[in-house]
Amino acid sequence: MNLWLTLAVNSISLGGLLFLLSAGFSLIFGLMRIPNLLHGSFFMLGAYLGVSALNWHINFWVAALLSALAMTLIGGLIERFLLRRLAGQELAQVLLTLGLSFIVADVCLMIWTGDPWQPATPEHLRGAVQVGTLFFPIYRLVILAVAIVIAIGLWLMIDWTRLGAMIRAGVDDAPIARVVGIKVSQLFTLIFSLGAALAAFAGVMGAPYLSVYPGLDFEMLPLALIVVILGGTGSLLGALVGSFLIGFLYNFGQAMFPDLAYVILFLPMLLVLVLRPQGLFGRAMP
Amino acid sequence: MSRKVTRRKFMAGTAAGAALATLKFPTPAIAQAAPFKIGLLTIKTGPLAQGGIQMEQGIGLFLKHKNNTLSGRKIEFISADTGGNPAGAKTKTQELVERDKVNVILGPLAAFELLAITDYVRDNKTPLISLAAAEDVTQRKANPFIIRPSATSAQCCHVMGDYAAKELKYKRAMTISEDFAFGYEQMSGFQRVFEDNGGKVVKKLWPPLVTPDYTPYIAQIQNVDCVFNGFAGSNPVKFMRAYADLGVKAKIPLLAGWTAMDDALLRSLGDEAAGTISVAWYSADGKTESNQRFVADMQKDYGVLPGGYTAGMYIAGQCVEAGIQLAGSKADDRTAFAEALHKVSLTDTPRGPVKFDHFGNVIGDVFVRKCEMKAGKPVNTVIKTYPGVSQFWTYDEKAFLANPVYARDYPPAKNLEH
Amino acid sequence: MSFLTPQRAAIAAALLLLVTLPIWVGNPYYINVASQILFFAVFALGLNVIVGYGGLVSLGHAGLAAIAGYTAALMLAAGHGHFISDFAAILVTLAASAVFAVLSLRGTGIGFLMITLAIGQIIWGILYRWSSLTNGDNGVNVSGRPAPFGISLASADSFYYATLLVFLAAVATMAVFFRSPFGASLRGTRDQARRMTALGYNVWLIRFLAILISGFWSGVAGLLFIYYNQFISPQVATLTASAEVLLMVISGGTATLLGPIAGAAIVVIMKNVVSAYIVRWNLVLGVIFVLIITFMPEGLVPGSVRLWRTAWRKLSRRDGVIPAKTEPTP
Repeated sequence: MNLWLTLAVNSISLGGLLFLLSAGFSLIFGLMRIPNLLHGSFFMLGAYLGVSALNWHINFWVAALLSALAMTLIGGLIERFLLRRLAGQELAQVLLTLGLSFIVADVCLMIWTGDPWQPATPEHLRGAVQVGTLFFPIYRLVILAVAIVIAIGLWLMIDWTRLGAMIRAGVDDAPIARVVGIKVSQLFTLIFSLGAALAAFAGVMGAPYLSVYPGLDFEMLPLALIVVILGGTGSLLGALVGSFLIGFLYNFGQAMFPDLAYVILFLPMLLVLVLRPQGLFGRAMP
Repeated sequence: MSRKVTRRKFMAGTAAGAALATLKFPTPAIAQAAPFKIGLLTIKTGPLAQGGIQMEQGIGLFLKHKNNTLSGRKIEFISADTGGNPAGAKTKTQELVERDKVNVILGPLAAFELLAITDYVRDNKTPLISLAAAEDVTQRKANPFIIRPSATSAQCCHVMGDYAAKELKYKRAMTISEDFAFGYEQMSGFQRVFEDNGGKVVKKLWPPLVTPDYTPYIAQIQNVDCVFNGFAGSNPVKFMRAYADLGVKAKIPLLAGWTAMDDALLRSLGDEAAGTISVAWYSADGKTESNQRFVADMQKDYGVLPGGYTAGMYIAGQCVEAGIQLAGSKADDRTAFAEALHKVSLTDTPRGPVKFDHFGNVIGDVFVRKCEMKAGKPVNTVIKTYPGVSQFWTYDEKAFLANPVYARDYPPAKNLEH
Repeated sequence: MSFLTPQRAAIAAALLLLVTLPIWVGNPYYINVASQILFFAVFALGLNVIVGYGGLVSLGHAGLAAIAGYTAALMLAAGHGHFISDFAAILVTLAASAVFAVLSLRGTGIGFLMITLAIGQIIWGILYRWSSLTNGDNGVNVSGRPAPFGISLASADSFYYATLLVFLAAVATMAVFFRSPFGASLRGTRDQARRMTALGYNVWLIRFLAILISGFWSGVAGLLFIYYNQFISPQVATLTASAEVLLMVISGGTATLLGPIAGAAIVVIMKNVVSAYIVRWNLVLGVIFVLIITFMPEGLVPGSVRLWRTAWRKLSRRDGVIPAKTEPTP
């Protein structure tokens, strides 16, 4: 009983982190049709930047925002100067994003060495909520709260602002959106930067609990992929539901079927892809 | 620095033609004046780079201490990055053996790398001083060209089983480690000695090597006196934080193998590590003269506290030095050098005295340490030393080897509860 | 038409270079590197069948090569002969490729990529976890190389020549295949899937067969890999391994014969030779990929051909008119 309650709470908080990671990925993929294999690298680089900021005794939230800001810039530059020229060329995009991920991984190794970094949990968020004999770390509940705030923010932006309307139009049909005067190319830069910033923010949020180490990039990338595949691309709701689904699948799967630990995420992903290629919440793609 | 020059010369040689290139490598027959070549198999890229970088620092510091000269022989040092995978280890071993014609190889780091090259180094008669722990390389599949001054996977864990049962008086234990051979061999060693001394291992957990969040495993920990963990690489950092955050640390003491509580890992840890009791074949607070010099210079040159990966390669360097001395004029004969390495016996190394059994595995001290917070930083302090520990612990060698190698389900855990 | 066209002369020169390579390279280490380039080229050529000509991007092909490697390694370890083990390995790989195809052809484009990624990860997971069969991450040793017709392949030279033969066979079948009606119909499914269906072609079947051909050569590469390394472990089937072959194909140039070979050479040389001189070789490899994609988005081989032609025309016509971009012919 206790075990299941702990797992349930943890599933939700892991889901929150996964949402922060994959919301941007989903937007980029939905709007730009770019399989951004750099997304794990954004997460890792963002986390490292956050760690450095924290080492200079900058406030945790400021550090997370600074890291996100830096990644906005980096993401924007990559989109403007490299990805833009490859519009519609899926293979070239795969090669470019993978090539850049090699560069990011090696640069991180150079700067931050191979040692794992695990910043202390921010002072005011330490400790645990104790229910009976159970401990729920406050910090993980905070991650969940932040994820919810950001989800609401993104939802408001997409459903209620002019910018959001333009994004929706771009996702639905980019050529028509161009015809009606939407500057789709600026939209692309914006979305790519936003996605990179969200990944970096998630990296800093995750650092006190996942720690940061070489190889983190390619641990997180498949998670983002799975979430988006399950939820359906370009759908914020899909990314949200997909994240929590994976959170539950991961926690309960690892505990209940340890023999299936290696396929516990990929098997459902395969099933969804084979049975419902557009994902649980996505619309069929042209 | 000599390395770079040789490399460049060699490149010029290949550009000019293969005939020239062969001139760059004097044959062993005229090599007495030629440098003695040490090749290091390490990992400098990818997820395992942390340990690999430390290995290179260890041998680098040793060669600096010795002014690049061991037992009167000038040393040429060549470092090779395997990338942390078996195929890379194989290719890089070929590079060291076939192209660079090294006299001895140090490394590699990971068991799966070592297993990919053991046959090759035997076939090519190249001595190798391993850091990797794969048990059978010095047991059922002993290789006359390999010695191991670090430890087998279970060598320290036997000690932990003994200490947990006899000194800490624990009765019920759980084990948790990565789901791979190094983990299996560690946990089995602990289980065997712990249960032989009256303890019971009631649950064994095996998270995959890549596990983003350990909570699903830690949530299953309850109703035991202790948890023994054998994590490696960057995983212990993540595991210990979750162990503390979920409130388990406050209730159930944590025991650790050497990679899970290595001294070099302490700089990545905070107060979640305090109280952990670990076993290790190297401890930075060791009192030997060479260790104090070693630790002080690592602080000075790299600003870090060294751990097992660094010390292992420093000691490997000491073995090379002693081997050259023992082999004398035959040091360039690789078979003779391998035999000499087996006879090496050192009294002053950073880990204390070192000698080898006839399988080439070290017989040396194993330390039980307790982690305490000193000035806000975690520090491992030795609380008990088990002198001269063999890879067979106190078991009879023949009987030990008649059993299968330690594995996920060997020896069988008879006391598991659900 | 003279007998000695430039193309034939180039092929003859390349063949001469390859056949005499052990003589002018000399050191067995470099001969071994050449063998590695050749079997990775076989792998990349196999993947190119579906990536380049079929427009289906796979991130799971390392799994297929691993299935061949493991089948052979485990049968050899159980005491079976080389011929029967290799034969069985290819059969098992073909069967696995068929399953791979049926599942992955549920999607196209990015859907195909994701399904193959998932299949690759599942194969890796099984190889890693099913340790009673596969010996887990400790891997399986292959005790010796075969000796076809009594010729031992133990030395670097003999193994190189055996690999070269397989490589030439792969190149020759690819050259024939791409010119065949089947090759043309596969390109048709890539460019105009709907029109192909309207014309009465069974697009699914064409793609299915292409995946089988691609799986066959991946299996052959897997066999060469285990005989070369005399060892196999689950790392062969990782996502990184799949990505690496895909990068070879794309960086060299998809849908060309030379592209995947050039890509294999770049990656193998960077990993094994350049890494001895440059510690941050991974960074350099990444930069090379980015540069290739920036200046030659179509890949190194077709890109070089295009740049060369452009330069040539500029030189020959001095009227300053920049000629229209030409599509390189495969």
